[in-house]
Amino acid sequence: MSSPRESITLNVNGSNYDIDVEPRRSLADALREDCHLTGTRLGCEHGVCGACTVLMNDEPVRACLVLAVQAQGQAVRTVEGLSVGSEPLHPVQQAFWEHHALQCGFCTAGFLMLATSIVESDNVPTDQELTDVLASNLCRCTGYQNIKKAVCSAIEATRK
Amino acid sequence: MIGDSIARLEDRPLLTGRAIFVADISLPGQLSMRVLRSPIASGEITSIDTTAARAMDGVVAVWTGRDLDLPPIAFRQVSFEQMLPYRQPVLAKDRVRYVGEPIAIIVAENAYIAEDAEELISVDIDPLEPTMDATGQLGEFAPGLDTEALQFEFEYGALDEAFVQHTRHVEVKVRIGRHSGVPMECRGGVADFNPGTGVLTVYGAAKVPHYNRDAIASMLGMSPSRVIFKEQHVGGGFGIRGELYPEDVLLAWASRELGRPISWIEDRREHLVAANHSRDQFHILKAAVDDSGYIHGLADEFWLDQGAYVRTHAATVPTLTATMLPGPYVIPAYRVRGHVRLTNKTPAGTYRAPGRYEGTFARERLIDAIAQELDLDPMDVRERNFIRSEQMPFSRPLEALGTAIEYDSGDYSLLVKRAEDQWKLSEVEREVAERRSRGELVGIGRAFFVEKSGLGPFEGVRVTVDESGRIDVLTGGASVGQGFSTVMAQICGDVLSVDPSLIDVRHGQTDAFPYGMGAFASRLTVMAGTAVHQAATLVKEKAFTTVASMLEASVNDLELVNGAVQVKGSPDTAIDLGRVATALRPVTARKLGLEPGLGAEDWFFSDHMNYPYGYHIALVSIDPELGSPKVERYWIAYDIGKAVNPMLVEGQIVGGAAQGLGGALLESFEYDEHGQPLCTTFMDYMLPTVAEMPPVEVLITEDAPSPLNPLGLKGAGEGGTTAFGAAIASAVDAAIPGTRVSSLPISPEQVRGMLALMEKRNADIGGHG
Repeated sequence: MSSPRESITLNVNGSNYDIDVEPRRSLADALREDCHLTGTRLGCEHGVCGACTVLMNDEPVRACLVLAVQAQGQAVRTVEGLSVGSEPLHPVQQAFWEHHALQCGFCTAGFLMLATSIVESDNVPTDQELTDVLASNLCRCTGYQNIKKAVCSAIEATRK
Repeated sequence: MIGDSIARLEDRPLLTGRAIFVADISLPGQLSMRVLRSPIASGEITSIDTTAARAMDGVVAVWTGRDLDLPPIAFRQVSFEQMLPYRQPVLAKDRVRYVGEPIAIIVAENAYIAEDAEELISVDIDPLEPTMDATGQLGEFAPGLDTEALQFEFEYGALDEAFVQHTRHVEVKVRIGRHSGVPMECRGGVADFNPGTGVLTVYGAAKVPHYNRDAIASMLGMSPSRVIFKEQHVGGGFGIRGELYPEDVLLAWASRELGRPISWIEDRREHLVAANHSRDQFHILKAAVDDSGYIHGLADEFWLDQGAYVRTHAATVPTLTATMLPGPYVIPAYRVRGHVRLTNKTPAGTYRAPGRYEGTFARERLIDAIAQELDLDPMDVRERNFIRSEQMPFSRPLEALGTAIEYDSGDYSLLVKRAEDQWKLSEVEREVAERRSRGELVGIGRAFFVEKSGLGPFEGVRVTVDESGRIDVLTGGASVGQGFSTVMAQICGDVLSVDPSLIDVRHGQTDAFPYGMGAFASRLTVMAGTAVHQAATLVKEKAFTTVASMLEASVNDLELVNGAVQVKGSPDTAIDLGRVATALRPVTARKLGLEPGLGAEDWFFSDHMNYPYGYHIALVSIDPELGSPKVERYWIAYDIGKAVNPMLVEGQIVGGAAQGLGGALLESFEYDEHGQPLCTTFMDYMLPTVAEMPPVEVLITEDAPSPLNPLGLKGAGEGGTTAFGAAIASAVDAAIPGTRVSSLPISPEQVRGMLALMEKRNADIGGHG
């Protein structure tokens, strides 16, 4: 049942959002409906598909499994923060575009955020490590081949 | 431009999070709908108490089946009169027939409240014994109606004589599991009835917006012109999304009742028990062959588990199964009997390569069995039976989707040869043989198939150039994320010599373009693509006529270069298309004696489908401890006639392959004996991840352009999926000699059974030796 709301401040892509939420509200719903950042998408709402992956303090998390109240005081990054307006695309976005790593695009935001965490980490993953990490998200259109190519290419582009 | 692998035009909003999917729509005053579903597979509803839910704060309305009077949803395709009584009511009244069947709807201020209210509704159901097997005894669906919604038989040639004359008979019994499209975006819609204008706008349209507009108008007793379907970005189709479902009707009805916009966004658990399932067939397939492996007669009997009701596809899947089953082979005599059986599972419909995934598995298993029993190479058996290129066009006296089956073009032997050359498969065979001699369980499997694409009967397009030179391509087509806009823009840009980035493609808006058949059956590149080609050609002609009178030149002396019309070889005379459009403003156009505007509409009609074809090869190894097959490498050769954008074709094929792999190894909607679904989350309905996908190598050939359209186009949507199950099964057989895969998905249990059989045989041989 509904319960009293709490006033919280979410820091998303460097901006503060003052919102009132029920304690049970998921971070994904808060981002989408209270912050009006609908780029984060919900594919299963039970933490398996990874479509709602966002970065919290630069670590990938499932926004459907995090409560909005838990994200208070954390730095949240979503797909909308990767490139703004008419800015050039972020290297990860550019690589996904060039390598045809998306079709319907519904899982894309989640994969982009997951890939961003890989690209930003200090380790260059081996092929097997990359497969292990990317296996945490689901895509139903591409067969993953081009997603993997795109992430490899983005890693290379950002190391140059 | 046609033939170039350009990056997609639709990607930028998807990459930046700015694309609008239906769940992103938020209209002023928008409410949320939630569907209460049956927790019981089969039973009589004895009472529903909604009092507490209605009384809850924020709940606007609760309706049950007794509160509304709507007809069942009509069949969209391949309708048989006798299937009509098996249609689903939009809300159950007295009887429930599957777990997930809608019983009541709740409309509330938001989705959280609607879900809370759902828990306050109490439903009493007297359970009945469910029917969970589609091949057993017939049961009763309703008084006077048994559980076989349809039985049909198609036949040509002298089948009985073939079986008498040729006494070598080979039989296989095969089963294809229950799986489905499962797009990453669940279903959803926003219906907005405006009491002021009397217009109902439905957002979230997909696949067949024009058909669904008419169907909703008819069910709600509205004029079609007052119902508007609007497509947004769509998170995957695969055959299942966009069919008219009970929830779509309930949403539109509820919005009209309340005069407010209402959103319904399904959750994943609902999706897995409520959206169409597919496949789930059992075949007994028998061939009369001679010593060379030539099939003189083929007889098939199959049973399809339709689930609890017959939905919009009616007999689409069983009839496609039946008529496409003979595939690439001559088969001079054929008889097929299909049974469509009702059970207490989620109702079924089409899924990518409907009927062909199943039929190809059955037929190619048979080819492998013939080879095994006659001690022939399976590829020799295929070659022996192939329809040869000089036999094209090849008619089979059967019909599919209302069209006569006439294979328009193809050279199947050539595709096999090209694949073997391209990938040096004989060397791969040698390496595999070496690994086998070292005791590894590894094998190569092959399967060949014929697809169908380009289903008519029509598609229309309007191409308009504005005064800046930007081009609007307005189509009746629909997009489910397959790259439709890019392909249309490339074809238009090719004709008008304009960069595709200057072309906008509109689709799926029923108020903008009045007719459209939809996005299914790998039809749109062929149908809408050809219409774009024709309409753009008319625009080019009009531009030439206009410029000819502006320059007082002859049309024959003009050419189109970089989006400008000029006298041949004289760039200084160039007038770009934007300026031509300016010259065609109403008043100046009238002076030139022309219709205003630089634009044209045209239509492409086709009475026949065309028939692309392909060849799948799998390299599979088996872990003897786990019994899990690992697909190490996979190759797909596919003749598409003409590829507009090879990168997108390859994307379709590799993506299709992943879905083929899911059905071959992982995906299966399982039920317990009480009809409770066991796969209601992504923890137990397993989609392939990147870890299960092998590297897929793709060869696209253009050896057999379709003679049925000017560009030679055929469809790309399904060929990556079609033969995956068949090729994997063949490879597993090769890895575990003396055994045969007979059902999909190939589970570790099945493989361990095959390993035990192999070991027993080896021991027997050893014992006798």
